[in-house]
Amino acid sequence: MFGLNKKDTTFLLIVIALTLFTPILMQPFAEGSGLAQFNGGYPDLMQKVAIFGIFAVGFNILFGLTGYLSFGHAAFLGIGSYAAVWMFKLLTMNVIPAILLAMVVSGIFAAAIGYVSLRRSGIYFSILTLAFAQMCYKMAYSVLTPLTNGETGLQLSLDDPRVLDGASEGHSLPVTNIFGLPMNASYKLEALGHVFTFNVGFYFSAVIAIIAFYVAIRLFRSPFGMMLRAVKSNQQRMTYTGLDPKPYTLAAFVISGMYAGLAGGLLAAMDPLAGADRMLWTASGEVVIMTILGGAGTLMGPVLGAGVIKYLENIFSKINEGVLHQWFSFLPDGLEDLVIWIFARFTGEGWHLTLGVTFMLVVTFLPGGLIEGLKRLNKRIKGGSKKRDKYDDPDPEHRPEPGKHVA
Amino acid sequence: MSKFDLTRRGVLKTGAITGAGLALPTIFTSGASAFTNEPMGGTVTLGFNVPQSGAYADEGADELRAYQLAVEHLNGEGDGGMLNTFSSKVLEGNGILGKKVQYVTGDTQTKSDAARASAKSMIEKDGAIMITGGSSSGVAIAVQGLCQEAGVIFMAGLTHSNDTTGKDKKANGFRHFFNAYMSGAALAPVLKNLYGDDRKAYHLTADYSWGWTQEESIAAATEALGWETVAKVRTPLGAGDFSSYITPVLQTDADVLVLNHYGGDMVNSLTNAVQFGLRDKMVNGKKFEIIVPLFSRLMAKGAGENIKGIHGSTNWHWSLTDEGSQAFVKSFGTKYGFPPSQAAHTVYCQTLLYADAVARAGSFNPCAVAEALEGFEFDGLGNGKTLYRADDHQCFKDVLVVRGKENPTSEYDLLEVVEVTPAAQVTYAPDHPMFAGGALGQCNAG
Amino acid sequence: METILLQLLNGLDKGSAYALIALGLTLIFGTLGVVNFAHGAIFMIGAFCAVTLSRLLSLSFETIDPTKVDFLGNPAKIKTPYVEAWFGHDFGGALIDWAVPLAILFSIPIMIAVGFAMERGLIKHFYKRPHADQILVTFGLAIVLQEIIKYFYGANPISTPAPDAFKGSFDFGAMLGFDPNMIIYPYWRLIYFGFAAVVIGAVFSFLQFTTFGMVVRAGMADRETVGLLGINIDRRFTIMFGLAAAVAGVAGVMYAPILSPNYHMGMDFLVLSFVVVVVGGMGSLPGAVAAGFLLGILESFASMNEIKAIIPGIDQIIIYVVAIIILLTRPRGLMGRKGVMED
Repeated sequence: MFGLNKKDTTFLLIVIALTLFTPILMQPFAEGSGLAQFNGGYPDLMQKVAIFGIFAVGFNILFGLTGYLSFGHAAFLGIGSYAAVWMFKLLTMNVIPAILLAMVVSGIFAAAIGYVSLRRSGIYFSILTLAFAQMCYKMAYSVLTPLTNGETGLQLSLDDPRVLDGASEGHSLPVTNIFGLPMNASYKLEALGHVFTFNVGFYFSAVIAIIAFYVAIRLFRSPFGMMLRAVKSNQQRMTYTGLDPKPYTLAAFVISGMYAGLAGGLLAAMDPLAGADRMLWTASGEVVIMTILGGAGTLMGPVLGAGVIKYLENIFSKINEGVLHQWFSFLPDGLEDLVIWIFARFTGEGWHLTLGVTFMLVVTFLPGGLIEGLKRLNKRIKGGSKKRDKYDDPDPEHRPEPGKHVA
Repeated sequence: MSKFDLTRRGVLKTGAITGAGLALPTIFTSGASAFTNEPMGGTVTLGFNVPQSGAYADEGADELRAYQLAVEHLNGEGDGGMLNTFSSKVLEGNGILGKKVQYVTGDTQTKSDAARASAKSMIEKDGAIMITGGSSSGVAIAVQGLCQEAGVIFMAGLTHSNDTTGKDKKANGFRHFFNAYMSGAALAPVLKNLYGDDRKAYHLTADYSWGWTQEESIAAATEALGWETVAKVRTPLGAGDFSSYITPVLQTDADVLVLNHYGGDMVNSLTNAVQFGLRDKMVNGKKFEIIVPLFSRLMAKGAGENIKGIHGSTNWHWSLTDEGSQAFVKSFGTKYGFPPSQAAHTVYCQTLLYADAVARAGSFNPCAVAEALEGFEFDGLGNGKTLYRADDHQCFKDVLVVRGKENPTSEYDLLEVVEVTPAAQVTYAPDHPMFAGGALGQCNAG
Repeated sequence: METILLQLLNGLDKGSAYALIALGLTLIFGTLGVVNFAHGAIFMIGAFCAVTLSRLLSLSFETIDPTKVDFLGNPAKIKTPYVEAWFGHDFGGALIDWAVPLAILFSIPIMIAVGFAMERGLIKHFYKRPHADQILVTFGLAIVLQEIIKYFYGANPISTPAPDAFKGSFDFGAMLGFDPNMIIYPYWRLIYFGFAAVVIGAVFSFLQFTTFGMVVRAGMADRETVGLLGINIDRRFTIMFGLAAAVAGVAGVMYAPILSPNYHMGMDFLVLSFVVVVVGGMGSLPGAVAAGFLLGILESFASMNEIKAIIPGIDQIIIYVVAIIILLTRPRGLMGRKGVMED
């Protein structure tokens, strides 16, 4: 089906099902229960997971397949966002043209930056991409303020022309929509003490994410994908066989940049504000980390990594000491204070610590990322060795087995 | 993995069927209730969105302390703080409109994106009826825009840019903190008395929107005195070492250096300027002076000795002796063991003002609350008689001109109040050119 | 003329900070082949060694002075540092005043210990892992270190002044025959420059003139062969890691009076130091030093008003522009060797 083999079709169907049921899956705890704090099934987080999933999948097309580690991918995300918001300001609040423009513009930037950066490899390539992205960020924050609105970020205003939408009615800003259906519309379902929110914006992002994911599977399995793997494993040998790796890597870079632009456009479609912070090197680092955390070179890994990081950022940062007091009020006083003190270091203002510790633990104990952990779990549940899929190689880097001393 | 998912889906399927009878469809968030997040039970949730990581994390932490104190006082716990001195007496210490006040917190990271995400999660997930906090203008403006779209009230925290209640003002957003124009208006007469009307000023400005509005405001105010502006130099945010921006000052005939910096930039540029001996310099027979228009005690601490004798302005300082300030310092100091910062003061006031407006309006509806806040005159919150102007949702109140203290008696005693500039002197017309270009629009209840 | 001379001095000063950080980073690259994203955090910890020592020295006991009141109206507590009580007001006060220079002695053992602990406890498990994994684990470590510092010291910058003796400036102008007071430069910055020169010189001579250094250089060139010769290269590499940490650490200590330390200063320097190392060429110590000074000086010149008037905002991006130009014209940076970190 869809030009995929049976295994991939099942895989894709599972992904589709998981995505469509996200509003339910991410809302496992009953409203009002102490654990409701951990529910992530509200529109903004679900949208972010889907969108950063796209970003990470796109990044993985470059990094996972060719091994080129770009440290400036956030620039394309930011450029996509700016392009989309400008479309909302000038043309129409319909998200389709905005997203298309976002992809085109970031594709053009990716072609230019990629063409230059790909003249070098290894860390020299990484630093070149980093330098371009930092330049974009610095300029957007200061000198290019007329175009980007600097520190605050580009946002809509009442007197924007919006030529296709005609005169805006009333005194409130229009909302982004797809042919009249607003992105922020939600359908709330209360069932069994749970409140499930089905949000138009999320489903829109989810559908695009599924399409993006499908394209990525096709790419991974295509002769083109094979060629990219060849770039990674041995570029020299590839050149000797008379193939020029340049066009392939550049194509991968542009595709991956367009994925980032798509993600940026979607971010703007969900929330029409584009801030320069999106292009900061830490944002570029974030997608690198999402990909490695989930499992570089695997299909599902980057999405998983994106989900985990966005979840930690949004949920853990909100668990303050007041919430902890509610949780542990059953403990005797002295013990309660101690437990709260320990937890407070990892939640609320200490959420970065959880992030850092997670990175260290995952990479130390699960070389190959979270997806590796899931595979091991699966293996243990099934209780036997399963035949390895020749494509989803658990060791795509072909690195030596880690020594026994890896605790 | 797939097996696990199947069983999971099975469970959910049965759940959905049994639950279908109870389903309460509400199309669009605003469908069932009159406005976004109308509080239904016996509680009301406020969203405290402050920086908990990044350069302003300490200020965020101080804001959070003040918020907790305000919530206590609103719920009738503690000593009541400024509720006792506040001129409006509708708050009774039984929560807001009889509903107990609860709060959720989030991390803005001092990034527009993260701040909006955090505010969204408060609105979408936790049902916050009001969002407040923040320690930079970019974040305040971004979150203010979000609150306008979502239909909740935004009570800005520490934001000093003219734009917050100027070109980016919004009907659902309110600012208690002062702004760059007011800093200029308050500082100018004091500077004239101290340094005369024949000075040449050199501006170093953080290269982003807040820096620009402050540079514009201070330059305009000092030029009106007869000062000359020699140069306006933009410095990158987080430049670290400012030496290459300080040394050119030595080569000009400027005799005043204005540092339009905040936070770490302010600490470093001031430290560097003092290191290069600018304060010991004589130019045109006059002693060289440095001015830091926006002072923050928390940040000033980072500059140590270097702030001594340097003038600037601030929204509020704990050493004020009026009743309201003292009540606040007492309850804050008793609870936490040190005096509150200006950021803590402004967010405490904002929380009280919001609660009071709800109580006076008799409704949580953002439009009713906004109406109650517009044109509201009050006293007893530490800055004297204050007006929440209807035209731009900016508070007009006394502004403090302060100086780095020569002989501090404690680690908190870094600034001394030189003059309390009366509100009338810092008031400007709503259509002042520095604030032009935006419109409040209409209040949005979601 | 004066302007240019002053900017040159500024550039040398900035350059020495960049060079010192990059030196440690490139040592770790070159010897261990590890991409260390925690290097900025090490620099930050160094700066906090200075803060810690100055806090330790000013540890105080409190006496109640009934004649004064604190902000709540209670009798004020007067703090007296223990060192002043023990050694008298003058010597005790001088000790506190000299906290930063003293912190160099204090920081070296601490930084070496930190370096050893990091290498033995974590980094050594990642020698054979892909660079991406190294980035993830050291980035995680950097966050953890940063959060620990934030817990103890807060997020605001902490004032860490140089001793009073070094306040004031040296008048270059008078020395060179210009008008006095035109070209002045603060003593502490001159000391920083001199200090950086000494540290860089020491590291180079250590590697050049000692047997230990020779083995390490051999290991950098061909780790396997050195191992086959029966030399325990691992132990030496651990020591190199400690050395790199110490270099970054003392760079941080000495920089504290110029830049008030805060918990995220490491991240601010991280990107920059990577750019410096790569522009210098991977695995090249002289390259890193040269690139540090080059970028520092160019950055200073780019922030001159005359140049900003021609290209607005050039001071924001000059480093990246130069990095791109150098990497495009010289494939392996200024002095990089072939094959290091190119795959």
